[in-house]
Amino acid sequence: MNLLAQQLVNGLFIGSVYGLFAVGYTLVFGVLDILNLAHAAVFTLGGLIALWLVQAGGLSIWLAFPLATLFAGLLGLLLNQVAFVPLRKRADSQFSGLISSIAMAIIFEAVALGLFGARSVRFPQGTVSVHIWHIAGVTITSLQVGIVLVATLLMLVLTFFIQRTRTGKAIRTVAENERAAMLLGVNVNGIIAFTFFISSALGGAAGILYGLYFDSLAPDMGRSIELKGLAVIILGGMGSIPGAILGGLAFGLSEVLTVAISGTSNLRDAVAFTVLFAILLIRPSGLLGRGKTREA
Amino acid sequence: MLEQLAQFYAVYGSVINFIGINALMALSLNVTLAAGMLSLSNAAFAGLGGYAAGILTLHFKMPYVVSLCGGALTAGLVGLVLGLPVLRLRGVFLAMATLAFGEVVRIAAVNLDITGGAEGLTGIPNVTKTWMIYLALAGAAYFMAVLRRSRLGWALVSMREDETAAACLGIHITYYKVVAFTIGAMLAGLAGGMYAHLNYLITPRDFGFFIAVDLLIYNIVGGTRIWYGPILGAALITALPEILRGVGVTAGPIRMAVNGLILLLVILFLPNGLASIFTRFRPAAAKAEAA
Amino acid sequence: MNDLRVNNISRRFGGLQALLGVSFEVTRGTIHGLIGPNGAGKTTLINILSGVLSPTSGEVFYRDQALHRLPAHRVAAVGVARTFQNIRLFPTMTCLENVLAGHHLTARRPLLPRLLRLPSAGREDRQLAAESRGTLARVGLDAKAAHLARNLSYGERRRLEIARALSFSPSLLLLDEPVAGMRRAEAAEVANLARSLAGEGMTILLIEHNMAFVMNLCSRITVLNFGRVITTGSPEDVRGHREVVEAYLGSGDYHA
Repeated sequence: MNLLAQQLVNGLFIGSVYGLFAVGYTLVFGVLDILNLAHAAVFTLGGLIALWLVQAGGLSIWLAFPLATLFAGLLGLLLNQVAFVPLRKRADSQFSGLISSIAMAIIFEAVALGLFGARSVRFPQGTVSVHIWHIAGVTITSLQVGIVLVATLLMLVLTFFIQRTRTGKAIRTVAENERAAMLLGVNVNGIIAFTFFISSALGGAAGILYGLYFDSLAPDMGRSIELKGLAVIILGGMGSIPGAILGGLAFGLSEVLTVAISGTSNLRDAVAFTVLFAILLIRPSGLLGRGKTREA
Repeated sequence: MLEQLAQFYAVYGSVINFIGINALMALSLNVTLAAGMLSLSNAAFAGLGGYAAGILTLHFKMPYVVSLCGGALTAGLVGLVLGLPVLRLRGVFLAMATLAFGEVVRIAAVNLDITGGAEGLTGIPNVTKTWMIYLALAGAAYFMAVLRRSRLGWALVSMREDETAAACLGIHITYYKVVAFTIGAMLAGLAGGMYAHLNYLITPRDFGFFIAVDLLIYNIVGGTRIWYGPILGAALITALPEILRGVGVTAGPIRMAVNGLILLLVILFLPNGLASIFTRFRPAAAKAEAA
Repeated sequence: MNDLRVNNISRRFGGLQALLGVSFEVTRGTIHGLIGPNGAGKTTLINILSGVLSPTSGEVFYRDQALHRLPAHRVAAVGVARTFQNIRLFPTMTCLENVLAGHHLTARRPLLPRLLRLPSAGREDRQLAAESRGTLARVGLDAKAAHLARNLSYGERRRLEIARALSFSPSLLLLDEPVAGMRRAEAAEVANLARSLAGEGMTILLIEHNMAFVMNLCSRITVLNFGRVITTGSPEDVRGHREVVEAYLGSGDYHA
């Protein structure tokens, strides 16, 4: 029983990071109907930049984290400007946007490779002081708690922002109907740029937390999470932020439980993708999503 | 002269082979792209074909051609079964479903004994020769070129332009999607089978998500609207590392960045791919006659 | 002879009742108008007739064939063609190619003769091209055969859609706002085309907001409002019908 509880706790921790990552994905999809496949690359660069700030810049993680997150947000603005804005007028902007995001992902990963080398690196010892607690037979580290708290805080702040502020309302309007938003006087281009900023900032933050959690960062660390992130937003419903959060948690839990039950990590991803596949066939709109999924 | 050619081949033979295989796989994806479907499972179909062909040769001692056919048919059959439920999905969702399928196949290959696990299937006799690859490629290219003018080809292109209008012209959308998907799967399976017999082995890494993305890149860079587009794209991207090496660029990150840059420039400025540079010079009237 | 029988068609979208109990009949070889204020459900009805949408209840019969349960491609196979309110051309194809694409149901275009480069393939292609040019000429677009569909003017695009719809020789033509945005002369050409098609035995059902156009062209008109049929009758009947007048203008004077 304790083992199960421990797995649940672990699943929760990794799930919150997945959720944070997925929220960025789904935000852009909700607003632009575009899958931004460069999100994972921003995730990677966010983590690596934070590492660089700590290691080479000697900054404390408490300073490096927001700075790197900000930087990731700026990458998002760059991404929007270079890869998406020129394509918005096109009839097939969904597809061509996808392709240009792939192109930017490759470029970003090349930059990461060039700046940081291919080997995996880790945050230096003592970046975060780790306390270990044993509660009800379950082992929890302060690092894990910190990660969950930060991730949850960011997701809550985002949800509050989207639901309660004027800008958040503008974002929702643009997501709903771009032309109507324009007619209502919303600065659509500005909103889209801002959305990219937030989305990428959150992605970068997820990368930092991921790197801290697994104690390892590498230029290709985005690869494994990229597919998982997609699975999460399909599961939770594309365009739905609560869906992404719930989906992330569900995904993290299922991952951990699969490993625990099968005794091996080999099948972990297989289960995840089979579930994803099943969901696409049965209920493509996911748990909480909206939007058309079949042809007219 | 002949000696120089032989030398060239000795050095670049493997690149030439890979260009051929990649071009074949790129064509297989083109069939579905031509119908407007974003399918990311062709790498998995190549893997299925490769493994099936390898197993036929190794365990059942089948001759090469039979193994190749078996590989292609296996891939085609799986494509048919997969296509029926999956092809109702739209755009990004279809991409995701085909992606998920590809991952499941790859993970199965890693975990099953019959596929040799993570090390893959080894000891496959390297029967494939360059001329065979290019013969298959020529055949596939000819088939694709002719396909465009057939009832199937017209239906696919109409679907890509506007599905609802196409349906109202009597085109059975799901049927043609399944047909295109299955043809693509068989072609990919053939390519996979040839690949398996090229270098003695086939591993799960040879047909993962990133290979699937590569196939997409070959098509986009080369152009999806005409039969030689995917071939052009595959040739350029496959040969790129050698070309770069020739101008003194050997660093991995730079090669990667160049790949990404080419893709970006193409999608921004030449959305119909490099092939559109050539088709642009055909007078419009001649095109209409040829249609 | 009543070719098209619409019988008690209703369609719900969640909480919205788009059509309720719509019934009317169309005689073969006539031009039947479908009018009504915006949002009356006209396009929804055309979508149901063409198989793009299924009705919540009710039936549609064309020449004794039940259409209401058929998907769009099967409805087309029965001989029903349509155009779209929002114009759904094949934008990156030329005009000629758009019409050639429309031949799906009538052209065999087999693969094998083409692979073997047999002369029969070339013959078929030439014949199809000639036929398609003829259709383009009928809508006045033969000069623009090689032009890309997306480069045409608005009126030309509507005409191209009609040409494409005609390409598989349908017997029932559903036109959704065929002359919207056209100048009077252009609309008159379309009216003439419709008359000549009807003269050849084609049945035409058209939606239009251009009152003069509809009153002049149609032998019978069905008026919809809020998803229900107000009346079906000759142009004179409809013109003076109190409820029709009110539907468009509220109470008050109405001059045709």
